[in-house]
Amino acid sequence: MDKRIPTLAQAVADIPDGATVMIGGFGGSGAPIELIHALIDRYLATGSPKNLTVINNNAGNGHVGIAAMIEQGMVRKMICSFPRSADPKVFTDRYLAGEIELELVPQGTLAERIRAGGAGIPAFYTPTSYGTDLAKGKPVAEFDGRSYVQERWLKADVALIKAELGDHHGNLTYRMAARNFSPLMATAAAKTVAQVSRAVEPGDIDPESVITPGIFIGGIVEVSDPAQEEDLNRANAYYPKVTA
Amino acid sequence: MTDKLTNAQIAWRAAQDIADGAYVNLGIGFPEMVARFQPPGRQAIFHTENGILGFGEAPEPGAEDWDLINAGKKAVTLKPGTAFFHHADSFAMVRGGHLDVAILGAYQVAQNGDLANWSTGPKGVPAVGGAMDLVHGAKRVAVITDHVTKDGKPKLLAACTLPLTGVGCVTRVYTSLAVVDIQDGRFVLREKLPAISLDNLQAVTGAELHLDGAVGDLVVPEL
Repeated sequence: MDKRIPTLAQAVADIPDGATVMIGGFGGSGAPIELIHALIDRYLATGSPKNLTVINNNAGNGHVGIAAMIEQGMVRKMICSFPRSADPKVFTDRYLAGEIELELVPQGTLAERIRAGGAGIPAFYTPTSYGTDLAKGKPVAEFDGRSYVQERWLKADVALIKAELGDHHGNLTYRMAARNFSPLMATAAAKTVAQVSRAVEPGDIDPESVITPGIFIGGIVEVSDPAQEEDLNRANAYYPKVTA
Repeated sequence: MTDKLTNAQIAWRAAQDIADGAYVNLGIGFPEMVARFQPPGRQAIFHTENGILGFGEAPEPGAEDWDLINAGKKAVTLKPGTAFFHHADSFAMVRGGHLDVAILGAYQVAQNGDLANWSTGPKGVPAVGGAMDLVHGAKRVAVITDHVTKDGKPKLLAACTLPLTGVGCVTRVYTSLAVVDIQDGRFVLREKLPAISLDNLQAVTGAELHLDGAVGDLVVPEL
């Protein structure tokens, strides 16, 4: 078994128009910048994929990563908990112009909906959002004297995530707090592609250290020395690069 | 005499009620300041939604590692005993009743414990983050806030008028003027600045302040 994919272009080649795409990361921590930019390259070259629904905690920052996808017009809808950032202008302008849809989900509910999607649980009850505007229209039930809101699973066609080590079986480790949503998203997408900072041989990752087991992973592509979204934004970077 | 606490002083007061070894989540922005004022000899363990328990203070400028950030996307540091985990585990800690205290900011707090802190109405882009999860599950949900809005209107109210973050969730409010508990659907005054009279405090509070025993002096060092 060898889940390695030779190039970023091949890693994102089969994502269709209208797909629901989970993208790992919390702000810039864990954002798979190179996979996202490869997807933008494909869109600019072929006009596809477009009309995407993107699931992430945020809605992009600056003009790279998810913000650049939105800026290029690839995204129809965002499902996220916090569509604000240091520089949220790209999403904000499109949203206020009515050009992009927003499904706002409390952060823990977003995580649990993704977890449920990956675990085969179609719905669950949570205390979060009970009695608030975000619970409107959702079934409510009482358990042991307390009220809870029913939430549904979230699944995706594709998940794009960033990991640290990945072996040929797709077993993954992550770096510090960069894992955040990625282990959940890997379980909830029909196909998950991970960019890994180092591709290693099976056996090179201690089984005790595996965070995402390879069963959840469709492919890995090595991106050594990956970009950090925060560094790009501090350098006022754009993707694709703005040329004078 | 001090006629109004600064934000740092409000944060200091809130920090005095955090026990050694308590698991604590601080909301982004102003509440993050509470971490700076832990009493000597006490060490709380701070939780951040994006999957770190027991992180340390901000690094020196230039030493940031952007894989090591808090929920406010600010760089933090490792300490002996730091743990990482994914978002589902993180919110299991939140909703599952494992945090001892959550300290949050507020636009409005109602006497029944309702909190409004995520939306000022239909204008602009709505954003909620982890606030709605945090108000359910932490054993204590405390609010730190100015006692009144920028234009002098009460923030402690009979009922919130802004969109709610949670229903009946707040247990204590630390303000620029007072410490108020929420018990049985009422505001119970615990401490107030010596400089303000009970009548004047009541005049800037949007619901009745009840007394339950002596009201302590709210005394905070210059910071």
